[in-house]
Amino acid sequence: MKHARIAWAGAVQQALESDGQLLITQGPHKGHRVGFDEVVWLPPLAPVPQARTVIALGLNYADHAKELAFKAPEEPLAFMKGEASLIGHKALTVRPNGVKYMHYECELAVVIGRTARRVKKADAYDFVAGYTVANDYAIRDYLENWYRPNLRVKNRDTCTPIGPWLVDAADVSNPMALKLQTTVNGQVTQSGSTADMIFDVPTLIEYFSSFMTLKPGDLILTGTPDGIVDCQPGDVIVTEIEGIGALTNTIVAA
Amino acid sequence: MSHWQPRGTVYGTLLNFRREWDLWSPRMTQEPHKAAPQAPVLYVKTANTFSPAGQDLVLQDGVTEVDIGATLGLVIGDDGRVAGAVLLNDWSVPHTSYYRPPVKFRCRDGFLALPEQITPGQLQDWAALQLTVQRNGERVQTVDLRELVRDLPTLLADVGDFMTLQAGDVLMVGTDCLADGTRPRAQVGDRVDISAPGFASVSVQVGGAA
Repeated sequence: MKHARIAWAGAVQQALESDGQLLITQGPHKGHRVGFDEVVWLPPLAPVPQARTVIALGLNYADHAKELAFKAPEEPLAFMKGEASLIGHKALTVRPNGVKYMHYECELAVVIGRTARRVKKADAYDFVAGYTVANDYAIRDYLENWYRPNLRVKNRDTCTPIGPWLVDAADVSNPMALKLQTTVNGQVTQSGSTADMIFDVPTLIEYFSSFMTLKPGDLILTGTPDGIVDCQPGDVIVTEIEGIGALTNTIVAA
Repeated sequence: MSHWQPRGTVYGTLLNFRREWDLWSPRMTQEPHKAAPQAPVLYVKTANTFSPAGQDLVLQDGVTEVDIGATLGLVIGDDGRVAGAVLLNDWSVPHTSYYRPPVKFRCRDGFLALPEQITPGQLQDWAALQLTVQRNGERVQTVDLRELVRDLPTLLADVGDFMTLQAGDVLMVGTDCLADGTRPRAQVGDRVDISAPGFASVSVQVGGAA
């Protein structure tokens, strides 16, 4: 099933994708259907009691590593983000004034479903609730070589669209063979496959859970392949992953 | 009543004491850094690091020694302004590279020791605060907030230029080093206490995994 969190009728609603509409599943509007264009899309993630851990991979596709002039890493290169940078589908992302290079990053996002500590690769999929699409924007002008990538590049308000759907893990037969694609104003600019990850999802779960406890609702953004380009105000960016969803975002000026 | 825990995301600040900045300064323009940092350099302490008052730090999974990171955390209130502050021990696995250290140095389970409670107040109350760090009852460091590179209002303003701190978030103002650039360390069996006037102390017994 494809789960969404939406704002509609003055409140936050849980919904499922059903025949090209949103079927509300809880509360006074349970059973009601609404169109995709009638709602505000929120990140498809239930609230969590403590700060949500958002792990993001810096370089996890060999071609992207090459593009950014890095050697392929020997262990996952990750950084942590705050939840406050997350926004939903069809939302607006702010491009700061005066910057030269702001780019999207289409990423498969893994949502943890069970508390995970010292998980072995072979068991790792048992700890996944589902998958969604994240667009982990970067403002490259602000890159400084201290605790890379520094948060001024990567943890900005509005700069992590995520959604539209949380797709149940059971409905994704092989998360390591999904096509990824980004379009800017309808033109394909990025194209790849999750098959080309340097560290696959089970390896990442084993690695991170070897030193930290992952909780339900925590996120792993698994990195992006080759094909990043600058985005200007007015540009419509669609990051899409086969079977997971197409996440639309529009850039606006500050 | 249960002890205080952060409601939001906890951010740490790198290189915010003058002594460490000055020690690094000659190397800042060299590879791989190429230039001194212009904006605050931050990192996240994830929720798995939160260790409420009274809990031991368990050194495990091959870690045998930790840097003590005595700091002040500014707690953001519901109106988006600082509502209070806490002493914290921002433990880390000792590392000398600030280029791209793996998150496993700072985001291990239990690596942020918390006090019992928050101290309400405002920035000017803490401008000259001194934190005392004791290991097994002996003072090993005094951290003086007058030595910050970015003082509290400047740090908040410079961070606010690129991200909005949310209600419940905590901004740690940085940890100082010793004269030789290292930080005081702790091993299994040590007891570490961080105290400051007007604040709930952070006291941690360091233990090993069975």
